[in-house]
Amino acid sequence: MMILHPAELGFAVRKALADWGYGARLFAQLVMLSGACLKRFALVRDQVHFLGNYSLAIITVSGLFVGFVLGLQGYYTLQRYGAADALGLLVALSLVRELGPVVAALLFAGRAGASITAEIGLMRAGEQLTALEMMAVDPKLRILAPRLWGGIIALPLLTAVFSAVGILGGYAVGVLLIGVDAGAFWSQMQNGVDVFKDVGNGMIKSLVFGVAVTFIALLQGYVAQPTPEGVASATTRSVVISSLSVLGLDFILTVMMFSI
Amino acid sequence: MQRSKNDVWVGLFVLIGLAAVLFLALKSANLLQFNWSKDYTVTAKFDNIGGLKKGAAVKSAGVVVGRVENIQFDDESYQAKVSLALQNRYAFPKDSSLKILTSGLLGEQYVGILAGADEKNLVAGDSIGSTQSAVVLENLISQFLYSKAADPAAPSAGSK
Repeated sequence: MMILHPAELGFAVRKALADWGYGARLFAQLVMLSGACLKRFALVRDQVHFLGNYSLAIITVSGLFVGFVLGLQGYYTLQRYGAADALGLLVALSLVRELGPVVAALLFAGRAGASITAEIGLMRAGEQLTALEMMAVDPKLRILAPRLWGGIIALPLLTAVFSAVGILGGYAVGVLLIGVDAGAFWSQMQNGVDVFKDVGNGMIKSLVFGVAVTFIALLQGYVAQPTPEGVASATTRSVVISSLSVLGLDFILTVMMFSI
Repeated sequence: MQRSKNDVWVGLFVLIGLAAVLFLALKSANLLQFNWSKDYTVTAKFDNIGGLKKGAAVKSAGVVVGRVENIQFDDESYQAKVSLALQNRYAFPKDSSLKILTSGLLGEQYVGILAGADEKNLVAGDSIGSTQSAVVLENLISQFLYSKAADPAAPSAGSK
């Protein structure tokens, strides 16, 4: 068995610190560039199209099925206590506060984050980023910043679609299939869900997730080893890290927003 | 600016997203019932507020007319001091009385306001004198038991 040399431990810590520092510096640069980037909105628009439109199908279908399952399972538990009328409230609150932002962000990390990392990693491997620099085009402004903004714009919209479709799915199962009273379903929901506290905070969550997922995908692609294996492992790391940070951030945000 | 085919699709995507936000705000949340009008605050002291919480409804004849704004403990009278934010469009006489009620058997508690007969209306900063505390189940049971014990003539459940 190999004994860990103190120097290796120190090297690992320094490498981790350096990675964090590099990430923070890149993020600061992208924030500084966002003004110039938003002036060339056509680039951002193409990224919204690539990240948002193409994710719409998977988000809609997942939202529908999550809503179906919430309707079934929620009814199963609630009817034991004679509270089946509160099904609408249960479905809407779980979707708007937690499931919508988190599941949409996880799907976005798998669907869009992975493709961002692969794309930029391949640009790195094919030395296209270097070529851009040689032509005095800043790859951060031309390549990274539009993708970051595309993700920030796309994910909250996708989350709203996910939650709305999920509520309709819960309605389909709860009201149309099982036969919960439609009036009670909607009125309980409207009484219990607050526009700013629940819907608004859910949107803020998805905005934060949009920044986190897209930036992690960009960073992993940008620092990928310029080899086929490097791009492959960067894509894997991008999905793993962004999924975990979505779950971790969700806990922190929930504590900040909803703890009384 | 250069227009492209993507414009249409991105526009459609943004439209669908905004429609979903609108659906969430209007159909599943309470934006339509949201109270944009101004409030006036009155206070009242209760011996016991039971499970009343900040944000609970203030209802008159079953209609929501305001919200519980704040609940504090007053260590001079040893009572709960409750501030109620009533909507400006509703006016109540000065001698109105308050009662803490429960919606349904196990529902949440709210404040019921019963209009009095005074000619003057409540204004901001007023305090309502006549209040009735929440019903606490333990007190109710002990009252019942004491009245049983005090009345030996009444047939108790175990006898006969």
